[in-house]
Amino acid sequence: MHMADALLSPAVGGTFWAGTAATIGYASKRLKQGIDDRKIPLMGVLGAFIFASQMINFTIPGTGSSGHLGGGMILAILLGPHAAFLVMASVLTVQGLFFADGGLLALGCNVWNLGIYPCYVAYPLVYRPLAGDGSSPRRIFAASLVGAVGALQLGALSVALQTHLSGKSELPFGSFLLLMQPIHLAIGIVEGLVTAGVVSFVRALRPEILDASAARGSIPASASLRTVLVGFIALAAVTGGALSWFASAHPDGLEWSIERITGKAELQEREHGVSAALKELQEKTAILPDYGFRTPEAEAGKPEETPSWPSVDAGSTVSGLVGGILVLAMAMLVGWAVRALRRRRAG
Amino acid sequence: MTLEAAYSDIGRLDRLSYLDTAVHRLDPRAKVIATMLFVVAVVSFPRYEVLSLLPFFLFPLLVGAFGDIPAGFIARKVAAVSPFAVFVGMFNPLLDPGIVAVSPGFSVSAGWVSFASILVKFALTVSAALLLIATTSFPGICRGLRRLGFPALFVSQLLFLYRYLFVLVEEAIRVVRARDMRSFGRRGTGARVFVRIVGTLFLRTVERAERIYGAMLARGFRGEGPSMRPETLRPADAVFVLSSAAWFALCRFVPVPQAIGRLVRGLAG
Repeated sequence: MHMADALLSPAVGGTFWAGTAATIGYASKRLKQGIDDRKIPLMGVLGAFIFASQMINFTIPGTGSSGHLGGGMILAILLGPHAAFLVMASVLTVQGLFFADGGLLALGCNVWNLGIYPCYVAYPLVYRPLAGDGSSPRRIFAASLVGAVGALQLGALSVALQTHLSGKSELPFGSFLLLMQPIHLAIGIVEGLVTAGVVSFVRALRPEILDASAARGSIPASASLRTVLVGFIALAAVTGGALSWFASAHPDGLEWSIERITGKAELQEREHGVSAALKELQEKTAILPDYGFRTPEAEAGKPEETPSWPSVDAGSTVSGLVGGILVLAMAMLVGWAVRALRRRRAG
Repeated sequence: MTLEAAYSDIGRLDRLSYLDTAVHRLDPRAKVIATMLFVVAVVSFPRYEVLSLLPFFLFPLLVGAFGDIPAGFIARKVAAVSPFAVFVGMFNPLLDPGIVAVSPGFSVSAGWVSFASILVKFALTVSAALLLIATTSFPGICRGLRRLGFPALFVSQLLFLYRYLFVLVEEAIRVVRARDMRSFGRRGTGARVFVRIVGTLFLRTVERAERIYGAMLARGFRGEGPSMRPETLRPADAVFVLSSAAWFALCRFVPVPQAIGRLVRGLAG
C-alpha cells in the first residue's frame, strides 16, 4: 500500500512530509534522552530485519493473493514506539529510494501510513491496554491481532484519503475504500497472527528481549501518556482536517458532482478551526502551495467548457501535440548523443 | 519479484552508485535538492496535463546519460513498480467520460488524458528517484541528509540499516531456500511456518546485532558515526542546482511543447 508520487498533489505530499518530519524529530529527541548506545546498532539491524522479512510474501488464505508484513507492530512491541517509528521510517526511506516503493514526495505519506498508526496509535492505545503486563499469551495474541488489524485499516484509509485529497485519481472515495479496506483486513489478520506468533516465539526463546522493552515502556508512565496525546492530537489534526475537508466537499453523490463542477475554491473558504490551521501549516510547509490549490480551480470550468472545445482552437492542440512529440524526441536524442559521445571518449 | 531478484537489484544500484562520473561527483545535497524540486514541479501539474510534462524527461535522460546508468535497467525497474499507480489510475477512463477534442474529428475521453498524465508523472518521478540512488552512494545521501538538518539518530539509523541490509537479506534468502526445498516448491506456506521463519530471522538478527555492537565498541564507537571528509559545495554543484531549477521553472510556467509546435508549424508555412 505504498503511495506513489504520481498520485499526490504537492500540498498533500508536503503536509504529510511536515507531519512525518516533526514526528521523526520528536522520536529522535525522546530516544536520545534515555538511550543506551547498544540500541542504535540493534535498531539498524532490526531495520534490515524488517526489510528482509517484508520481502518474504505470505499467502492470504482463501483469496489467492499474497501480502507481506508491515512490521510496525512487531517493532513497536519489541522496541517501544519511538525506536520502532524511527526504524519504520528508515525502512520506508530505503524502500522508497531503492525499490521506488513510493517516491520522494510520497515518503511523508508512506511513513505516516505505515509508521505512525502502528507505533503511535495501535501500540499505545490498543496493544498495551489489551496485552497488560505481557504475561498472558492469550492476551498478547488478542492484542497483536486487534492492534495489527487496526493499524493496517487506518493505513489503508489514509492511503484512500491522500489519493482522494490529491485529486489525481477519479476513483470515487467510497469505491476506493471498498477495494482497500477488505484486502487490508485480510492482510492485517495475517499480520496480527504473525506478530503474535513472533512475540511468543521470541518470548519463549529469549524472554529478556521482551522484558527489557516492557520495562522501558512502563517506567515513564506520564511520558508515555504524553506520547499518546501528542500522537493523537497530530492524528486528529491531519485526519480531522482532511476528513472535514472531505466531508464538507462530498457528503453525497449530488454534492460530489456539484463539487466537480464548481471546484473546491468556495469550500476552502468555509474552512475554519483545525482545517484552517492545517491549511496555514500547508502554506508554510508546502514548497509550492499554490499549485495544489490551483489544480481544482483550473479544472473548475472544465465540464462546462467541454462541449465548446472543438471550436475553440483545434490548431493549438495540434501545435501542442507536434511540439510535445518533438520535445520528447529531442530530449531522447540529447540523452543518446551524450551517451554515445561519452562512450567514444572512454573507448 | 523473487527475493533473489530483488536482492540483485539493490546490489546493482549500489554498484552503479560507486561509478566515477561528473554526476557521481556532484555533492549529494545538490542532487537531493534538484531531485526534490523536480518531483514537486512534475507533481504540481494539473491532472489533465500531459504534453507540458514531456520536456521534463530531459532531466532523467541527461542525468542517466552523464552518469552512465543503463537506461534499460531503470526502465525495467520503473515498469516493475508501476502496478499501484496503474491500478489507482486505470479507473479514470471509465469514471471521467467527458470528451476532450484533440483535433477536428478526433477526440478522447478526459479520463484517458488524466490516466496518461498519471503514468507520465509516475515514470518521471520514479526514474528521478532511482537515478538519484544510482548516481549517489547511500552513505553520501545520508551525509547529505545530515547536513540538510535531519536528526543524527535517524541518519545513523539509515546508515546502520543499509550496512546490514545485504547481510540480512542473504540470511533471509538462505532461510527461504530451506523452506522451499522442504516444501517441494509449494511457495505459499502457512502462517505457522511464516512465524517460525520471521522469528528465527529476528533472533539471528539480534544475535548478530550483539556481536556487531561488541565489534563496534572494540573499534571505539561512541554513539555517532564519524564522517571522514568534510564536504563543501563546489561551483559545479551550484551550477547543477541552479540550471536544473531554472529548467524546471521554465517547463512549469511556459508550455514549451506548444511553443515549439507553433514555431515548427510557422516554419512549415
